[in-house]
Amino acid sequence: MKRFSLVALMLVAALLVFGCGQDEKKEEAKKEVAPVVAAQKVLRLAMDADPVSLDPHVQLSGGMLQYSHMVFDPLVRWTQDMQFEGRLAEKWERTDPFTVRFYLRKGVKFHSGNDFTAKDVAWTLDRLKISPDFKGLFEVFEPAVVVDDYTVDLKTKVAYPLLMNMATYIFPMDSKFYAGKDAAGQDKGAIVKSGPSFANDNESGTGPFVVTEREQGVRLLLTKFDGYWGPRGNLDVIDFKPIANEATRVSSILSGDVDWIQPVPPQNYDGLDAAENVNLITLSGTRIITLQLNQKRVPAFADKRVRQAVVYATNNVGIVEKILKGRSTPAGQQSPKGYLGYVADLTPRFDVEKAKQLMKEAGFENGFEVTMIAPNNRYVKDEAIAQAFVSMMDKIGIKVNLKTMPKAQYWDEFDAQVADIQMIGWHSDTEDSANFTEYLLMCPNKETGMGQYNSGNYCNPEVDKLIADSNAETDVAKRSAMLQQVEKILYEDAAFVPLHWQDLSWAASKHAKNAQAIVNGMDFPYFGDLVME
Amino acid sequence: MFAFIIRRVAQALLVMFVISIIGFGIKYSFGDPVREMVGMSVSAADREALRDQLGLNDPIVVQWTRFVDKALHGDLGRSFFYRKPATEVIMKKAPATLELVFCSALIILLVSIPAGIYAAVHPKSFLSRCLMGISIIGVSVPVFLTAILLIYIFAVELHWLPSYGRGETVQLWGFWDSGLVTLDGLKHLILPSIALSSIMLPLFIRLIRAEMKEVLQTEYVKFARAKGLTPWRVLMVHGFKNTLLPVITVGGVQIGIMIAYTILTETVFQWQGMGFMFIEAVERSDTSLLVAYLIFVGALFVTVNTVVDIIYGLVNPMVRVSGRK
Repeated sequence: MKRFSLVALMLVAALLVFGCGQDEKKEEAKKEVAPVVAAQKVLRLAMDADPVSLDPHVQLSGGMLQYSHMVFDPLVRWTQDMQFEGRLAEKWERTDPFTVRFYLRKGVKFHSGNDFTAKDVAWTLDRLKISPDFKGLFEVFEPAVVVDDYTVDLKTKVAYPLLMNMATYIFPMDSKFYAGKDAAGQDKGAIVKSGPSFANDNESGTGPFVVTEREQGVRLLLTKFDGYWGPRGNLDVIDFKPIANEATRVSSILSGDVDWIQPVPPQNYDGLDAAENVNLITLSGTRIITLQLNQKRVPAFADKRVRQAVVYATNNVGIVEKILKGRSTPAGQQSPKGYLGYVADLTPRFDVEKAKQLMKEAGFENGFEVTMIAPNNRYVKDEAIAQAFVSMMDKIGIKVNLKTMPKAQYWDEFDAQVADIQMIGWHSDTEDSANFTEYLLMCPNKETGMGQYNSGNYCNPEVDKLIADSNAETDVAKRSAMLQQVEKILYEDAAFVPLHWQDLSWAASKHAKNAQAIVNGMDFPYFGDLVME
Repeated sequence: MFAFIIRRVAQALLVMFVISIIGFGIKYSFGDPVREMVGMSVSAADREALRDQLGLNDPIVVQWTRFVDKALHGDLGRSFFYRKPATEVIMKKAPATLELVFCSALIILLVSIPAGIYAAVHPKSFLSRCLMGISIIGVSVPVFLTAILLIYIFAVELHWLPSYGRGETVQLWGFWDSGLVTLDGLKHLILPSIALSSIMLPLFIRLIRAEMKEVLQTEYVKFARAKGLTPWRVLMVHGFKNTLLPVITVGGVQIGIMIAYTILTETVFQWQGMGFMFIEAVERSDTSLLVAYLIFVGALFVTVNTVVDIIYGLVNPMVRVSGRK
């Protein structure tokens, strides 16, 4: 027994000595860098998740676009009031209905040191056209035509009204840097979703920050790119850590452990508003949350009056007030304010008496029973909203059996149309009205891919035609009239149940001076422009 | 003895076999990993192509045999999210969890023994009653609530301790990211370890108290007192030493449970360990990592149990005899 204790003691002692030795070394290393760190402006950033890859074309998602705006630069970008602002493109002009000519900024360098030219734009567009996530958006594009080193023509197959919107997705990548083969013999430019690739672990963009350290799911360290071409804020380092748990994310900014969090859970809006060291910023968003009523599964939903009754019985203003604490916009249509299709008159229509009357007219005064599914971790308060909807339907005699589930399981169920009412939120990737209808309400068509998420099976040839026409109409006024017509038809038909446009939210330390100015409705804060005290 | 060991090892292999089947059986209920890899607007045909490429469309038996074949060669597959071999991901996260469990165990050990003995010796004192009351609360409050309360008090209000993460870590022996050797790392360890120990600590205080009370009634303790030994010696050598056996038995089992409880603690504190990895893998439908984790943890438990059984056999001939039947 004694001998055993002795051995144990020695082991512990050895461990301690070894551990301390390491510690000392670390201390020395820290001392050397300490003065530099003190002078630096560091933004400690916490989001719900970190980018899945360093390759901007691997996934079309909010997180990847946020990353792209830090490390790459687009040709043009959206401003807070939805105008285009030139970045790598200095100016642009439409030379014919199929072409927009971009004049590129001169003297721009990539992180690798290579010069940025029109070739990189053409290369990036080619790559977008083969990326599984982006190719749908860039289907309509022809390969770019390089006029000279700093002029490039983007051409489309039809007269395409959304060419400029799409240019916000073109973040030129360093074609020389991504050329050739890596150690494993794989093409460096290959887009690989599930395995290792050069582009997944290395980047060379023109953006304000360079990736200096990355441990996926743990930390992304970005430092200032010294060769940056343009005006910028004063950040030297962004220390980005994902914090998935809502409560922890909120406490970390309250305790001062981080300087910026997003998204902010609605139950903490008031608390953060009251906090002395934090600014809460909210902006009305463009993601519409809707419910689809499946006409194939429930014959009653094929009756316009029943669908209208459901919409009339839905108190979405109440949902926004009670569940979302007023920090969201109740919706009567798909297009948020500012979009071409937005019609100011199409407001939420809550009227239970009217709903009951419509049910009676349709011959369903005794109501009926339906099933419903909704995700419980995809949209802000999705589960609570679904539950509120169930009790609202109860008032007009529709008994709804609700089942909620995590998003990982939800979409397969959604596609299989397992329930009569299904929840879906949609953000238009093109920042344009037509995109909502294309995915959610056009007649489902496997070949064209339209109506991919139309689980209500609403199908109106007139709507389909209007949308198709609008996609080849470059005259803004005419196009706007078409898209507004679509919204009016959908409103009258009660093609879906509009709930609300989800607000976007950020919380920033008071040291972030221009926090309000760098955010936008797409949820890509332009951290390159941030100024910290 | 040899036959006994062979039998035990065969049983362990059978258990691993069953775990792999269960792992594959439940993998589909976690959702479709391809969904998590692509954006919403990607067409069904493109998703199908990716699924083909990953071999997810093969019959489940084919997938399972492929998995077992590779697993026998030490390859547990590749995580969809991390794009790395699953074993590499798990080994990277294991030190964080083990350090957390180690620190909690330390807290439990250092607090439960004196508190348990005190409560047994002075069952009617005010302090003992307080201890028992607090321990009831400790057992009943869920660990994530304790964790959030701790963060609120010590990080948000008092600003004494950091609210999340592991802080500064140092790599030991080339693979072990340790937070135990830096001041910052230790500060980050305090809250999570307390939160994690809050479930087990009351249990151990009560266990030690009960065992101790029983032992203090025995003849040999009375005899030791009668011999005129110092009260301290009676308490520690004659009393406490004899309560240890059941405490160690329960403790061994509870270590396993504690590793399971880290899932909650790690989620709240954004602690980059295996529990957090597991819950994130569930959310991301990273099924290959999930199956690998189940196999890994299963192997860990089976190995420990098998070794314990064998040692029991060596120590206690009765076990060996019944095992031979």
